[in-house]
Amino acid sequence: MRTLKFLLQKEFRQIFRDPAIIRIIFIMPMVQLIVLPWAADYEVKNIHLSVVDHDHSAYSRQLVSKITASGYFRLESYTSSFAEAMEAVEQDAADLVLEIPGGFERNLVKEDEAGLFIAVNAINGVKANLGAGYLRSIIQDYNREVRTEWVQFPRFSPELQIEVTASNWFNPLLNYKYFMVPGILVILVTMVGAFLASLNIVREKEIGTIEQINVTPVKKHHFILGKLIPFWILGLVVLLLGLLLARCFYGIIPAGSLLVIFGFAAMYLLAVLGLGLLISTYTVNQQQAMLLSFFLMMVFILLSGLYTSIESMPGWAQAITKINPVSYFIDVMRMVVLKGSGFRDIVPHMLTMLGFAVVLNTWAVVHYKKRS
Amino acid sequence: MNNNIAIKAESLTKKFGDFTAVDGISFEVQKGEIFGFLGANGAGKTTAMRMLCGLSMPTSGKATVAGFDVYRQNEQIKRNIGYMSQKFSLYEDLTVKENIRFYAGIYGKSDAFIKEKTAWLIDQLHLGTEANKLVKSLPLGWKQKLAFSVAIFHEPQIVFLDEPTGGVDPVTRREFWSMIYDAAESGITVFVTTHYMDEAEYCNRVSIMVDGRIDALGTPAQLKQSFGAQSMDEVFLKLARKAVRSAD
Repeated sequence: MRTLKFLLQKEFRQIFRDPAIIRIIFIMPMVQLIVLPWAADYEVKNIHLSVVDHDHSAYSRQLVSKITASGYFRLESYTSSFAEAMEAVEQDAADLVLEIPGGFERNLVKEDEAGLFIAVNAINGVKANLGAGYLRSIIQDYNREVRTEWVQFPRFSPELQIEVTASNWFNPLLNYKYFMVPGILVILVTMVGAFLASLNIVREKEIGTIEQINVTPVKKHHFILGKLIPFWILGLVVLLLGLLLARCFYGIIPAGSLLVIFGFAAMYLLAVLGLGLLISTYTVNQQQAMLLSFFLMMVFILLSGLYTSIESMPGWAQAITKINPVSYFIDVMRMVVLKGSGFRDIVPHMLTMLGFAVVLNTWAVVHYKKRS
Repeated sequence: MNNNIAIKAESLTKKFGDFTAVDGISFEVQKGEIFGFLGANGAGKTTAMRMLCGLSMPTSGKATVAGFDVYRQNEQIKRNIGYMSQKFSLYEDLTVKENIRFYAGIYGKSDAFIKEKTAWLIDQLHLGTEANKLVKSLPLGWKQKLAFSVAIFHEPQIVFLDEPTGGVDPVTRREFWSMIYDAAESGITVFVTTHYMDEAEYCNRVSIMVDGRIDALGTPAQLKQSFGAQSMDEVFLKLARKAVRSAD
C-alpha cells in the first residue's frame, strides 16, 4: 500500500505539471461539446433548389412559394430552361431540380392529374435523399390542399385520406443535441481513459524510466494500479465536466440518475483502461501508441452507433459493434439521459462491461513483463 | 558458497534468435570491490548487466547476485541492488527532492529515513538551492551525480552502473569517481561499465569483453603486464582489434 501511495503521488504530480494533459482534460471537452453537436445535426437545411417552370401559372407559383416557405429550401434559380438548371447542378450550385411541365395548371384542373419531375444531385447522398424526400412530402401536401379547395362538400369527398400524426417520445422536439451530446461525452471519456493512459505508460518506456522501475522491487500490479487509478479518476472528472457543460450550453439534464451514469462510467473506465494498458504493452514509443489509438478510435466511433444507427448496419458490422465497448456506453448514456433508465435496465450492459474489463486487464497484465 | 562473493556468473549466456549477445561468461566479483566491465560498443556489456539486474532472462548458464539466484530469486535481488542505466532515468518533470523521495519510497524506506538522508544528500551534492527545482533544469554532470546518489540511496549491497560518465566533462568525471570510491568504502560493491580507459585504472579489477566473451580479467596492473602494455588503453586496443562483430 505504501508503495502505491508513492506511485500515485508521483503520477499526480506529473499529470498536473504537464500542460498538455491539462489542456486535453479541460479544453478538449469544452471544444468538442460546444462545437461538435452543432455540426452533427442530421436535419438537412439549406438545400439549394433550381426550379424549371415551363408553365408560369398561378398554381406553379403557388407550389414554389410553398416549397420555399418550408424553410428547408433555398431557391437557387427560377428559369424556364432545363439546361440552365442542369448547369447549376454541374457547378454544384443546386442540389435538386424541380421541373414543372408546360400545361401543369391546365392538366391539373381539366384532367385532375399533372406530372412533376425531380432531378437529384446525388454527390452528397444524405442531402440528396432527404431533400428529395422533403420535396415529395411538400408536393403531396400541396396536392391535398388543391384537392380540398376543389371539393365543395368535404363530407361527400370521394377521396379517403389517412392523416398521420407522430409524437417523438423521450425527445419530443427531436433535438439532435440531446442525442449527440451524450454520445460525444462517451468519446471524450474513452480518449482520456484508454489513450492518455497508454501514452503515459509508453512515454516511460521511451524515456527509459520504466527500466529503472523494473529494477526496483515494485510489484507489477502496484505499478499498473499506480498508472490506472489516476486516469480512472481523470475519466470521471471529464465526464462530470462534460455533463456540466451539457447542462449549461444545451440545457440537457439527465432524465435518469447521475449515480447510474457514474456507476456505469466507473466500470466502463476499467474496461477502456485495460485497453490502454494493452496498447502500451504492444507498442514501444508514443508514436506507435498514438497511431494505434487513432486507428482504434476511428473504428470505435464509426461502429459505435454515435453517428449512424447500428440497426441499419450490415450484419457483420453489427457483430463488430458487439465487441466495441464504446457502443455500450453510448447506449447507456442515451438510455439514462433521455429515457431515465435505472440500474435495473442497464444490468446486461454492466455485465458485458465487466467482461470487457476482466478480459482486457488480464490480457494486459499477462503481457506486461518486468523482465524481457 | 563463499560469503565474500557479491556476484558470481558461470557460463552466463544470452541469445537473441541466432545472435549470441553474451557468450558463456564466467567471473566473480568480491564484496566491496570496484569491478570494471569493459568492452567496445556491442560487445555485450549492457546485456550481461541487464541479466544480472533481473531485467533480462538469461538463455543459459548460472548466476547469483548478492547470494540470490537470477532465475528464481529475481525479486530478492532487486531489493539488494541499485542500478543506473545508460539512459538518464530520473523523472525530469519532478524536482530533485521528489525524485529522491519517490525512489526511496518504492524501496520501502521509512519517512524518517528519507527525510534525514535527503537533507544529508542535498548537502553533500551542494544542491541546496536546486532541491526544489525540476531535474530537467540541472546540467548533465549534476544529473548524473544525482542519479548515482539515488541509485545507492536505499543502501544496496551492489550497485550496477552502465556507462555512468558518458558525455560528462573531465572535472565532473573525477568527482563522480570520488563518489564511487566513497560508496565502495561504505561497503557497496560497484559493478561499472565504461569506455574511458583512464577510468579503468581506477577499478580494483577489470574484465574486457570482446564479441560477447570475456577475453581478459585481472587488476589493471596484471593486465598491463600480461599484455606488455604501458596503459589500459593499449591493452584495450590489442584486445578490441580482434573483434569480428561490428559496433552498433
